[in-house]
Amino acid sequence: MSIEAWTYLIVGLSFALYLYIGYTSRVRDTKGFYVAGRGVPPVANGAATAADWMSAASFISMAGLISTLGYDGAIYLMGWTGGYVLLALLLAPYLRKYRKFTVPDFVGDRYASNAARTLAAIATIFISLVYVAGQMRGVGIVFSRFLAIDIAQGVLIGVAVVAFFAILGGMKGVTWTQAAQYTVLIIAYLIPGVALAYLLTGNPIPQLAFAFSDISERINQIQTDLGFGEYTAPFQSKPMIDVLAITGALMVGTAGLPHVIIRFYTTPDVRSARYSAFWALLFIGLLYTTAPALAMFARYNLISTLHNKPISEVRQIDWVAKWEQTGLLKIADKNGDGIVQVAKGKAFQEKGGKPDFNAPDMTNPNEVYLDNDIIVLSTPEVARLAPFVIALLAAGGLAAALSTASGLLIAMSSAVAHDLYYRVFNPRAPERLRLLVGRLAMVPALAAAAYLGINPPGFVAQVVAFAFGLAASGLFPAILLGIFDRRMNAQGAIAGMLVGLGFTSVMIGLMRAPQLFGAAQPVIKDFFGISAEGIGIVGMVLNLVIALVVSRLTPPPPTHIQEIVDSIRIPRGAGEALDE
Amino acid sequence: MRSHENPQGSIRAYWRANVRLIAALLGVWFLTAYIISIVLAPWLNLFRLGGAPLGFWFAQQGSIYVFILLIWIYARRMDALDKRYDVHE
Repeated sequence: MSIEAWTYLIVGLSFALYLYIGYTSRVRDTKGFYVAGRGVPPVANGAATAADWMSAASFISMAGLISTLGYDGAIYLMGWTGGYVLLALLLAPYLRKYRKFTVPDFVGDRYASNAARTLAAIATIFISLVYVAGQMRGVGIVFSRFLAIDIAQGVLIGVAVVAFFAILGGMKGVTWTQAAQYTVLIIAYLIPGVALAYLLTGNPIPQLAFAFSDISERINQIQTDLGFGEYTAPFQSKPMIDVLAITGALMVGTAGLPHVIIRFYTTPDVRSARYSAFWALLFIGLLYTTAPALAMFARYNLISTLHNKPISEVRQIDWVAKWEQTGLLKIADKNGDGIVQVAKGKAFQEKGGKPDFNAPDMTNPNEVYLDNDIIVLSTPEVARLAPFVIALLAAGGLAAALSTASGLLIAMSSAVAHDLYYRVFNPRAPERLRLLVGRLAMVPALAAAAYLGINPPGFVAQVVAFAFGLAASGLFPAILLGIFDRRMNAQGAIAGMLVGLGFTSVMIGLMRAPQLFGAAQPVIKDFFGISAEGIGIVGMVLNLVIALVVSRLTPPPPTHIQEIVDSIRIPRGAGEALDE
Repeated sequence: MRSHENPQGSIRAYWRANVRLIAALLGVWFLTAYIISIVLAPWLNLFRLGGAPLGFWFAQQGSIYVFILLIWIYARRMDALDKRYDVHE
């Protein structure tokens, strides 16, 4: 069977599975629709959370990004896993005990303020919208690369599949399809990872091969010979202060992302919320410890296959020819000697953030352009695996993108239908109407996701930093203080959120002025060495300080609010039927 | 059990024990992520674990194992605390 036939078969089967699960888990009430009836066991919720969290970018692009950054890639590895410790210890058990549906629910009730509720709902919608654009784009890209379906059609197919199980099954449908999607994506990621580890080091377990082989020595040697810094040496792309700040901002941002937090509302009790955080990070860790191994092996393999070889010989390798056609890899014989040279610097000049393959960059001797995505996408061929593994990789990429997109859709539609419509505008709405509005709210969210997937704004990558910055500087401190500081009141929390969000937005705006507003130069380059990606951590500290000071200068919250705080601090009673 | 004698005082003690546990585990979290894996990484890279420089290994592998372990320890210890202070479900 050809690769294309395999891909149609495996992707088709996986989609049929998701649709079947979606149909069998359709729901009839808002509790099922928003929190899956609170009946999800910890292991299943862990798998669903892992799929919810790991996006198309984690699956397809992260290993490539790390292979370019070397040690500094740790900002993503630690930043996107360490946040789960904060979630498990500081937020998830207490929010689960509160027995409501959304993040703005807690913020609005705890501070008895519809202003705080609306602020949290808007932050939720904005963060999720930014994120979902990237996911839908990922769906389109996988379709176009593996099945030669055009990106727009691919996006529409993805939207249709997500719409089916999300509208029918709400959180329940999303949860069980996410658990299935985790299984598909982790198998698809591990098979090539294991094969490549075995091929290059003789050890089939990537995590062990990473440490117990001479591969890091060999890659350091090659990189030094070619004029790169050592692969394992820290702080080559960023100063230490920025590495610290970005890691911190990504961790705190992860813990504050609404679509991740609401996954912990679906467990039967507080204890299961704690254990599902453990399962979630274990499942995420399986991919996140394989990715850096894949990154290092693939980079070593690519450089040693290409460097100093005659171009005509290199182009006879199947995968080189194939990926050169798709533009993920490009060779330019700058000095006309017929030999490939890998070196530091860009092989081609850039135009609008993309390499221009007609214009080699003659200021440096590097002749090879490698797209980040090639590290993961090329491994099955490099490791000479059967065609069905390539097809599996396509299904895995789609699973990663669709599962994250569906989690984001739930977060967005619940912010619109539950927080803004029901809690703010029409608190008397009966149950049936609320369920209908919840389903209807999916439609504009899906339409927005489809539109942004087909016409991605050029600044998506820049705006993702914004999403993490807002979650870190706005939502995380407001929730944290609401649980751990009984004395925190509405004045303190709102002042803190406004200052934290304001500072972070202004700073990102100033530093990313060229991408966001088309300015010629960033207004400021960094904030004491901290870049836009890491600025959220400063915003978070400001939020905490302002909130604590303002709350101490204003009256304490009323007694019934302090009682809410006391009650969420103890696990007993989480399973009682008190759902709103 | 203390909880039956004085529920309010017992719940306060439960919360204090919880906060102490969180502080200890987050101390390890901070040390692993920021001190060992970042600040001390250049120095730790002088040593090796198998073939990999130690600071690099912590930043790209070891830290993630520690994070997973921390959550597991927290869930286990809280099971015991919940029972001791009689606040479990």
